[in-house]
Amino acid sequence: MVDTSLELFGCGHRACGGCGPALAARLILKGAGENSIVAASTGCMEVFSTPYPETAWQVPWIHSLFENASAVASGIEASLKRQGRSEHVLCICGDGATFDIGMLCISGAFERGHDITYICYDNEAYMNTGVQRSGATPYDASTTTSPAGKESFGNKRPKKDMPQILVAHGAPYVATASVAYPNDLMQKVERAVNTPGPCYLQIHAPCSTGWGFEGGKTMEIGKLAIQTGLWVNFEMVDGEIAKAKKVVRKPVDEYLMAQKRFRHLFKPARNEEEIAKIQAIADANAAKYGIDIKPKE
Amino acid sequence: MMEIMEGSHAVAEAVKRCRPEVVSAYPITPQTHIVERLAEFVADGEMESDYLTVDSEFSALSACVGASAAGSRVYSSTSSQGLILMAEVCFNASGMRLPIVMSIANRALGAPLSIWNDQQDSIALRDSGWFQLYAEDVQELVDYHFLSFRVAEDHNILLPAFVCFDGFILSHTYEPVDIPDQEEVDAYLPPFNPYQKLDATDPISMGMYATPDYYMEFRYELDRAMERASRAIKDAGQAFGEQFGRSYGSLVEEYRMDDADTALVALGSICGTVKDAVDEMRDAGRKVGLLKLRSFRPFPKEEVAKALDGVSQVAVLEKNISPGSAMKGAVGLEVKDALWKTGIDVYSYVIGLGGRDVRKKDIAAVVDLAERGRGDMFYGLREELI
Repeated sequence: MVDTSLELFGCGHRACGGCGPALAARLILKGAGENSIVAASTGCMEVFSTPYPETAWQVPWIHSLFENASAVASGIEASLKRQGRSEHVLCICGDGATFDIGMLCISGAFERGHDITYICYDNEAYMNTGVQRSGATPYDASTTTSPAGKESFGNKRPKKDMPQILVAHGAPYVATASVAYPNDLMQKVERAVNTPGPCYLQIHAPCSTGWGFEGGKTMEIGKLAIQTGLWVNFEMVDGEIAKAKKVVRKPVDEYLMAQKRFRHLFKPARNEEEIAKIQAIADANAAKYGIDIKPKE
Repeated sequence: MMEIMEGSHAVAEAVKRCRPEVVSAYPITPQTHIVERLAEFVADGEMESDYLTVDSEFSALSACVGASAAGSRVYSSTSSQGLILMAEVCFNASGMRLPIVMSIANRALGAPLSIWNDQQDSIALRDSGWFQLYAEDVQELVDYHFLSFRVAEDHNILLPAFVCFDGFILSHTYEPVDIPDQEEVDAYLPPFNPYQKLDATDPISMGMYATPDYYMEFRYELDRAMERASRAIKDAGQAFGEQFGRSYGSLVEEYRMDDADTALVALGSICGTVKDAVDEMRDAGRKVGLLKLRSFRPFPKEEVAKALDGVSQVAVLEKNISPGSAMKGAVGLEVKDALWKTGIDVYSYVIGLGGRDVRKKDIAAVVDLAERGRGDMFYGLREELI
């Protein structure tokens, strides 16, 4: 059982108001517990939580480089095994570190079968460097390197399906979660760290600064992603879908209109063609994971 | 007991006796025989280590960072492109003061691709904060591993180490070598006692981010540790000599330097050839000697100045090239600095790159050039290709 009173991510860190990743860190540690070691990647969370000589981390924490947290975690796990120690080994890394620059190390660590839990806090762009697109950036999102313009509707490609890549590595437990559903998130972390072998958890972590919404609306945005089907909370156990959160879906417009990164789809005029493409992504998600609850007539 | 053994296998025997808990490596020629042999030791239960067969050299050293930070003695080995791929991790490991020991089978860097020997790889990582020892023969190569772990893990040092040796020339050569018994190594190299480690019962944060208010002092401390390493390597080398009869109590070795007028300076296996060439030149009445550098980082400035005091000219043999540098070689600059204001002429000779053979007559020709005041040049180019 998750001890929700446990606070292992200290206050006083330097995150923006309403930071989804900061909330994710707090919830992850509640789920993982005190007997944990964290390997982090370079990124927002690393910077806002460890300005020397202060640290928000009340579990052992190491940051080496941007792209190598999973390899560092491999070494930690091997060392603990030799020493007969039992701490859970977690990676907590952003989407750039996960989807892009760290792919090689992640693939190697999962193939080797280390007993680690890799958690990606997914805020869908390189936020630490000023909101540049990553492989996790959704279709049509405007970022500083995929700006909407006269010849562009924003990011040209849909989000990479990272969880399925880890499923293909034979990971025993692959799941997604959202900071907007804290109990579900904590329970998934607890399950992942207690599942032997390499597990992957991808957490939707809205970024008010990068996505363009008021910091008080983080939970609301997170919920809208789920309710529109643009984010699906699911669990895959041994390669099979074990659970997916069902919803009475709302049109994607509600999620898109609430964020500045999609504003170009509505101004100066509503872009029916592009919004239809995004709706199709949500429809495909819903079909793939079977999340639709049919409203009663 | 003396045995005839391939250099790489001798390294593996030495590493086994250092008892690393975690070995993490990726295959690259000419380092492969080391990691293959270590894998056999683990497979046969002769070595109680976790052996990580990783996806790249980058991951190999990253895993070493994690294992070292968690409190284990760790070992890796690489060469050439592999070392350059690790470069980012190298700077990081020394910044976190993790005492990792890594054998470097020195090999040229592409392009063009070359699997053959020079020392460009480790010299290029001069400023990465690892101390660098260079072995002349297989015996030194073996002994430097015990010495390096002892110095690296010293709580007054806490620096990672390269044990450098010339690819193929030492890695694939069979030489008589004494591999000390496990008990003797245990007496010289105590079990790893980490200064600090990742431990859930005593949480610390490692590798934090430092603002301009704090960053510089970390680099200062790293440099100070490197300065202290000079003394620590000599002390460990002397202690090694007292126990094993082979002393490394100096960062340099002088060969027939008494009354020498021209001194050659070199690192690594080329010193064997140079010694033979010096003997021949001495027989011919020429006052020539060799100053062998065991360590490039820390650079033994005082010992170099003392050993070269009284010579007229110095010829530095460089198995590296720093394009655009006036001296061309990286080692010559350091030697020149050590001899600043002495009036002694110091010349660099870029030689033997990409495995080009260096013969005794080439050494003699370099001495001729130095004595005629010609240097800071490539030696042994095929003029017809230029």
